Amino acid sequence: MDAKNIFIAGEYDVIVVGAGHAGVEAALASARIGCNTLLTTLSMDNIALMPCNPSVGGPAKGHLVRELDALGGEMGVNADKTCIQFRMLNTGKGPAVHALRAQADKKLYQFTMKETCENTENLDVKQLLIDKLLVEDGQVTGVQSETGEIYKANAVVMATGTYLKGRIIIGEHTYTGGPAGQRAAMKFSDSLAEAGVKLMRFKTGTPARVDARTLDYDKMEIQPGDEECRNFSFMSDEVTREQIPCYLTYTNEETHQILRDNMERAPMANGIIEGIGPRYCPSFETKILRFPDKERHQLFLEPEGRHTNEVYVQGMSTSMPMDVQLEFLRTIPGLEHAKVMRAGYAIEYDCIDPTQLKPTLEFKNIHGFFSAGQANGTSGYEEAAAQGIIAGINAAMLIKGEEPLVLKRSEAYIGVLIDDLVTKGTNEPYRIMTSRAEYRLLLRQDNADQRLTPLGRRVGLVKDDRWNRFTEKQTAITEALAYLRKNSINPTKEITDKLTAAGIEPVRNATSFYDLLRRPDVDYDKLAELFELPELNKEVKQQVEITITYEGYIKKQLEQVERMEKLEEKILPENLDYDDVPSLRDEGREKLKAIRPRSVGQASRISGVSPADISVLLVWLEQQARMKANEEKADV
Amino acid sequence: MQGDTISAIATAQGEGGIGIIRVSGDKAVEVAAKMFRPASGKALTEYESHRAIYGRIVDAEGRTVDEAMVLLMKAPHSYTKEDVVELQCHGGVMPLRKALALTYDYGARPAEGGEFTKRAFLNGRLDLSQAQAVMDIITAKTDRSLKMAAGHLTGQFSEQIKKWRQDILGQIAHLEAAIDFPEDEVDDVVTENVSEKVVEIRNYIQKLIKTAGTGRILREGLMTAIVGKPNVGKSSLLNALLQEERAIVTDIPGTTRDSIEEYANVGGVPLRIIDTAGIRATEDVVEKIGVEKSRQMISQAALVLALFDGSRALDHEDEEILSLLNGQEAIVLLNKSDLKAVVTAADLSAKAQLPVIEISTKDYSGMEQLTEAIKAKVYGGEVMADEGSFVSDERQANLLRTADRHLAAALTTIEAGLGLDFISIDLRSAWETLGEITGDTVGEDIIDEIFSKFCIGK
Repeated sequence: MDAKNIFIAGEYDVIVVGAGHAGVEAALASARIGCNTLLTTLSMDNIALMPCNPSVGGPAKGHLVRELDALGGEMGVNADKTCIQFRMLNTGKGPAVHALRAQADKKLYQFTMKETCENTENLDVKQLLIDKLLVEDGQVTGVQSETGEIYKANAVVMATGTYLKGRIIIGEHTYTGGPAGQRAAMKFSDSLAEAGVKLMRFKTGTPARVDARTLDYDKMEIQPGDEECRNFSFMSDEVTREQIPCYLTYTNEETHQILRDNMERAPMANGIIEGIGPRYCPSFETKILRFPDKERHQLFLEPEGRHTNEVYVQGMSTSMPMDVQLEFLRTIPGLEHAKVMRAGYAIEYDCIDPTQLKPTLEFKNIHGFFSAGQANGTSGYEEAAAQGIIAGINAAMLIKGEEPLVLKRSEAYIGVLIDDLVTKGTNEPYRIMTSRAEYRLLLRQDNADQRLTPLGRRVGLVKDDRWNRFTEKQTAITEALAYLRKNSINPTKEITDKLTAAGIEPVRNATSFYDLLRRPDVDYDKLAELFELPELNKEVKQQVEITITYEGYIKKQLEQVERMEKLEEKILPENLDYDDVPSLRDEGREKLKAIRPRSVGQASRISGVSPADISVLLVWLEQQARMKANEEKADV
Repeated sequence: MQGDTISAIATAQGEGGIGIIRVSGDKAVEVAAKMFRPASGKALTEYESHRAIYGRIVDAEGRTVDEAMVLLMKAPHSYTKEDVVELQCHGGVMPLRKALALTYDYGARPAEGGEFTKRAFLNGRLDLSQAQAVMDIITAKTDRSLKMAAGHLTGQFSEQIKKWRQDILGQIAHLEAAIDFPEDEVDDVVTENVSEKVVEIRNYIQKLIKTAGTGRILREGLMTAIVGKPNVGKSSLLNALLQEERAIVTDIPGTTRDSIEEYANVGGVPLRIIDTAGIRATEDVVEKIGVEKSRQMISQAALVLALFDGSRALDHEDEEILSLLNGQEAIVLLNKSDLKAVVTAADLSAKAQLPVIEISTKDYSGMEQLTEAIKAKVYGGEVMADEGSFVSDERQANLLRTADRHLAAALTTIEAGLGLDFISIDLRSAWETLGEITGDTVGEDIIDEIFSKFCIGK
């Protein structure tokens, strides 16, 4: 296009490309912090689309939702408003791994999120296909749409999901496209490559959707939601919710035989699929190949919403040809007459190598350019949203000239997720898991607000309503703990009888309520029945109990964190030339040059960087600091 | 301050009469106080900074490990500007190593290469011009210790550790899969089975810990002193020990002042017998300095063979030698002669507080029992079938002890009925610690294991 025809269609502080789960969080965060923000989407009808499973949360994923909510994000609030079933998983295990998981009404989820975005101050939402990233001298300047107009901004967040050169594969049939019948963005990744961004190609997949009217639920096990009504958001007060059950059924030998007979037609086997798929959601054909001895595999039938007959067949992601899909589905109890409404498919797409990013999610080489979500090589709505909020916050911080927000591994699963991505990279779509977190006892879903709401406040995303609610809760917890420490009971006959009658081992000396609560046979309610204790709401009580019961373990982890923290606080200069640092080993030096870690702590987690390299770095940093101090002294 | 407390032997090994252990960090005084009893009867913690305090290093059972002089240097007036305690040991190599192991038991960790110097620099003790030298020291020392560590790892040893790690990893993966994928088909974790596995691994690890030192002995030889008053039969005993392998005579400078060492292979255990020249030379003439000589030799020895004459009543000199055996690995030998026995094995055993073996340096009777006794000392009472699996340095022993502690914690957690995630935390620590021995600690392994073992997915 020649210069006079360039049409500047708009100027913003921050532009977010893509309105999936990462994009909406990024745009909402940026706008709510006060930046003039543009959110672009390929289709106004598909904001916050859930192209795969109809659920939110689960172990570690649910933690992410709670965390981004605590920071002032939207996913938790939106899920509470629109989900049709909630379950708390892992309740038989420790408190750190309790995990809330919800079934979403997909359309309601989308439309509610769309409504929120459209009504957020400082935020414009536009249907645009972005072809080009505009960069001048290493600084992002805006984006250009397929129709040629330019939108200018000093910060751009890409949240392009699985749309970059998306290719759909169903059996022998392939076509370019995004998920769920959408367009693909065919040019944006070329523009990225031109700007020096390194790309990778990943693959993921989704199972078929079947017609609820053709299922025989009598042959399946019902999976109802919990009776107790729970919420993701610290701001939600829903106490009742009408729920819809899921159903469980199993595959059998006949199903497996059909797959085995048709294995040469699997796109994985015949070489049609080249992208790298995730190990934790293998296609069904992969499961049959890798676990040939397994007699059956479980399948969950999950409704996609209240106003649709589409049912998601969880456990059966596949890209087999249509005839094979139908044939094997119909061997499954309850699915004998199943009609497929949408076929399962695999999708291949371009994503970026996340080691090109700083922990702020800004590209190291392109100032003002951020990336979040599946485009960073992750998978899952929650992982995407968690990165989205951080990218949005940091884009806004950059515009405002304020300190970026980088969450530590000891602070949040979001910190673990991003640190893993930018430090180690990934060679398959990355999924968060509780086993990735080394300080799991500290990163509980119940205390996400304590960990993160003050940080959300600092960046301006936590508004007064949330802040007031938070501080009230904190005060109540502090007061309750103080009361329990201060007040005690004596081993009088009356008290001994009272305890014995309640099935509690009597005390031998004066014992504080705090110490009593350490015992496995005592909880707050039990104690409150016997003695006069302050009345606490559910959340406060839970915090009090966990704080007391797990004090020893929590303290141990806090000590570990403290040791690590010293290295996290040592920030490495962005322009550090590792060739200037003497005595580093070659391998360590190369890795440090490639990753350019933000802190010595991050450096220590790069594979190939040895403890001796870290010691050398520390000494070198100290040397530089002292030299600088000496120069300043000399100047004075 | 750099946080945790570190310790290491600060003097060159095998040289000089005094060995120094340096402990630095905020727990330095606390660590030293647990293992050092000042002669004054006061606790070490009661002393002011910059004092030299005389006393004894004692082990967990209160037995004397060595006499020592302790230098107390409180922060910031020390080399590292942290609390530093230096334990100057006089007793030679074995007590020095024992004392080092005690610092680990009481909360210090082995210092990395160049770490004292690094701390000194970071805490502002060394000036700017020394930065380059400090970085070079770190790299050089680490390279050297890595090379040494690699040399120490026998194939069988590291295979063994790797196998246990794999077993623990299997347990962790199961626990983690159950936690991360509660709705997938992961079999329920039966905590009894986890306990069983942990107990099994602990048994192996504890056996291996008992071999600490064995590996080194088999490689380097066991420093052995033959002591006893003049004309008690030391020379004959030496010849008896040497009879099979007619001596490889080596002159190792600096180990003893003027000594010659000879190797004797006794039941497969290489004994490095100290000052054989001295034994031969002085046996014929009257030793004027018998006790003094014995004292010196004992200070260098890991094993003492103390010889007494059964045909003569124990005299003052014998008593003194007996007193030198206190706290040493010693085998007491009663040499029978043709003359009438005056001292019985029972008498001697009561005096020495040690079992006594009767031998005859004339007809070599009793040599078999002696061989067995030496083997028992080295192998900790058990002859391991697999002679490659020995802990060969204190670092390995320390890591094994730490791993064992984590496994013990896992059992406590299981007994207390705490959640699966708590069990997993302890097992993970054990797994990581064992990985430090073999040099593998990659967190991603857990996730690989989960996906290879369990069929998980939407």
